[in-house]
This record gives sequence, structure tokens and C-alpha cells, in this order.
Amino acid sequence: MPVNNDLVGREFPPTAPYLVGREKVREFARAVFADAPQHTDVAAAQRAGYADVVAPPTFAMVIQDLTLQQLLAEPDSGIVLARTIHAEQRFTYSRPIVAGDELTAQLAVTGIRALGGNAMITSDATITDASGEHVVTATSVLLVGSDDEGEDA
Amino acid sequence: MSELVVGDVIAERTVHLTRESLVRYAGASGDFNPIHYRDDVAVSVGLPGVLAHGMLTMGLASSVALAALPADVRLIDYGVRFTKPVLVDAESGADVHVLAKVGAVDETSARIDLTVKAAETTVLVKAQLRIAR
Repeated sequence: MPVNNDLVGREFPPTAPYLVGREKVREFARAVFADAPQHTDVAAAQRAGYADVVAPPTFAMVIQDLTLQQLLAEPDSGIVLARTIHAEQRFTYSRPIVAGDELTAQLAVTGIRALGGNAMITSDATITDASGEHVVTATSVLLVGSDDEGEDA
Repeated sequence: MSELVVGDVIAERTVHLTRESLVRYAGASGDFNPIHYRDDVAVSVGLPGVLAHGMLTMGLASSVALAALPADVRLIDYGVRFTKPVLVDAESGADVHVLAKVGAVDETSARIDLTVKAAETTVLVKAQLRIAR
């Protein structure tokens, strides 16, 4: 089954609220070698003007991933995970994610482009806080292969 | 952003990844794809071996740059293209080399360009952070 072009424009429900925990931010910061003190030290984060520890930029992927799971769960998507490569990723921030944020993401598939026998799927996860304010938009480009050779970035 | 000068290297670091780093990132991120910790699975899908998560490479590359900047600098945008995987040997691991250079500056914002290599190969392309105060 090829990738379904009807995914573009389909309405996806917002994900369940994700509560950003302070220890989760610290754990993620250690995992991505983020040594800047605002990621782990509350006092340092507050001196820099933030309410609590600041998540490293790619932490938004944890919330974005909930939307990609929605995409993969669509029964007619035509996307096979084993043949899917992460080709590009972008985060566009209005403000950083900090511990205590309650975040919700809404998926929009913005484009599907055929590339040889492959398909390039671009999607935006728009991530907002509990008051509905924009925090970050996470944009992924997934390359879905047509044969059964699989790899994943 | 006037303290930044186009062409200046603001940070350079080699991060040594081991299989433990990959398991640690899997736990922190929730990405438990076995190609990032099981040789047999990696080989069965045609890979030369276990690979680092692309998002781990992207994440550590921004960490190198942000650690060199004042804490009140705001990140506006960070994007990369994944070009080559980082192969992480079970015994010797892998070294990821990150060079962060000022690419452009205006009064309120700046662009930091990242060069990210493993085993002499560029693994992220167009890796750029836009920052502001």
C-alpha cells in the first residue's frame, strides 16, 4: 500500500496533556549531554528568568512523538515503520519548555511528495501549553521507502 | 547579539558515545527502537550495526552550542537534515565531533551553524540554531 495522500488535511485530535517533570528534564539533559546549568539547576534557571529547569531544545520530540504515533496508527496511512527514515527535523519555539508545563500537541500532515518510489511526508506538531499559548512547533520529514529495505535515523 | 562575530567558533567538543549512551537516551526519550541497542536486529534489517538515534545526535549537537551561550539567550529555531547514521561499536563506541560557529548576526538575533561529524563523515547537514535575546 503506498503512502495515502489523503493524510494531508486530515483532522487529528490533540494529544492528552503531557506534564513536564523536573526530573524528566534532568534525565533528558543528561542523555543529550546538555551541561548548561539551566537544564538541571532550578536556581540557575530562575536567575536566567525561567520558572523552573529548562528542557533542551530537542525535548519537544517526546511530545511530538505522541502525534507520530497517531499518524502510524491510522489504518490507511500506508506508512511502514520498518521502511521509514527520519530525514529532517525542526523545532520553532515561541518560548522554551520548562518543568511544570502541561503540553498538548496537534498533528497536521502538511505535505506528501513522491520521490522516485519513495514518499516524503512532512508533518507539524503544534505544541501549546495549558493556557493554549504556542510553545513550539515540531516539524518532521519522514522518508518512507518503497522496498523492504529498512533503516531508521 | 553584538558580542558574537561572524566566523567565530563559539564551541567545539567531541562527545564519546557508548552503547550505554544509547540506552540512556532510549529511556529519556521513549524511543526504544531495537536498532539502537541490539546488533542482531540492526543486522537483520540490513544495517552495518547498532546506530545512535538521529535525535540523540541532534540533541547533543545543540547542547554543545547552548552551553557556550549565556543562559538567558532564547532559542528561536533549530533544524537539521539527517544524512548519515552514527555507527556505535559495542566495544569502541563512537566519537561525535561538534563545531559551533557564528553564521550570521544582526542586532537582535544570530545564527549558529553546527558542523557535526563522526568517523570523518558529516552526519547532520544544515544544522543551524537561530537565537535571540
